[in-house]
Amino acid sequence: MSVPFYDSGVASGLLSGILFGYVLEAAGFGSARKLTGQFSLKDWSVFKVMFTAVLVAAVGLYLLRLGGMIAGNSVYIPTLYLWAMAAGGLLIGAGFAMGGYCPGTSLVGIVSGRVDAVVFVVGMIVGTMAFAGVYEPIQGFYFAAKGPDAQRLPDLLGLPEWLILAVLIVVAIAGFVLGSRLERARGGPFTAEDVNGEDTSKAKNQNTTFNTEAGIVP
Amino acid sequence: MTSSPRPFWPPLVAGAALGIALLISFLITGHGLGASGFVTRLSAQISGWLAPDLTTANAYFGPFLTAGAPLASWITWEVIGVLIGGYVGARTAGRSRLMVERGPQASVGQRFAFAFIGGALVGIGGRLARGCTSGLGLSGGATLAVAGFVFLAGFFIAGFVVSALVRRAWQ
Repeated sequence: MSVPFYDSGVASGLLSGILFGYVLEAAGFGSARKLTGQFSLKDWSVFKVMFTAVLVAAVGLYLLRLGGMIAGNSVYIPTLYLWAMAAGGLLIGAGFAMGGYCPGTSLVGIVSGRVDAVVFVVGMIVGTMAFAGVYEPIQGFYFAAKGPDAQRLPDLLGLPEWLILAVLIVVAIAGFVLGSRLERARGGPFTAEDVNGEDTSKAKNQNTTFNTEAGIVP
Repeated sequence: MTSSPRPFWPPLVAGAALGIALLISFLITGHGLGASGFVTRLSAQISGWLAPDLTTANAYFGPFLTAGAPLASWITWEVIGVLIGGYVGARTAGRSRLMVERGPQASVGQRFAFAFIGGALVGIGGRLARGCTSGLGLSGGATLAVAGFVFLAGFFIAGFVVSALVRRAWQ
């Protein structure tokens, strides 16, 4: 038995997607306010969840390779096109801050009942069509400053992979500590009640006692 | 009769679960998770329905149409899975509610305008970068690809700058 299976069938897609969607929703990423809270520093969930996920998967792939379970070049590694990817990252960051979602989280937003996420997806489709419209004139930029094929940080920096993983883990821990501190200072992070419960004025009125169940102790 | 939603998972738990889901995707398919690739295929398909000749002649969308049905792809099934997984999660945890999510001072009209403009920027950005937060940031980052970290740097820098400019929309 050799992994990866390189299975691109229906069941493979559905399984990957169901796990992905379920976890994104559980993280609170169907909520535009929780997502954008990252950039007002009130809610560090985007940083915390993404960084943890990247590191869990990166360490997992490293250990599987070390243990001989998977080959060195067995998973897809994107190739750098410096300017287009930097510009694309900037545009997605800007669009996320304004629109409240990225492509994956907008899908979770829709199935969480967010009408604004539907509008966001319509915007994405229009933006994609606009890109296709100007693709030919901007091809020079699109392919500019190509990096080596499938280049990874260990290749770029000339450092062993375990060292890079260790540094990233330290950065993640520092981000968790700093983020949690800033969240507390700003009255965050957003809870499920914060982002799902505001028209439940009925529920609010029932809370005639203090918010004991939420544990919001100053 | 429980009206209050169940709490979100703590970020460390959600992050670890997301990392395992990503690892499973790598082991099954040889690649990570994505989302904008589906939007591209959907856009090519819609464009093909609206203006078949123009779309086939287009240098970017054309190849998707000439290769057959643009939506017949792994990523379409993955996105259907995301919708199912997200829906089941939101419903079972009482975190699903029909609403226009916006800042306390933003009108519905303003929220829709921002959602549309933000979506359009993300649509363009995803095509320029050849991926989005999932495909490049998360999946690329997990392979320690330089491309993933260049993308993430751009994403966080622009996020902070633009967020400061549109602060009123959310607070």
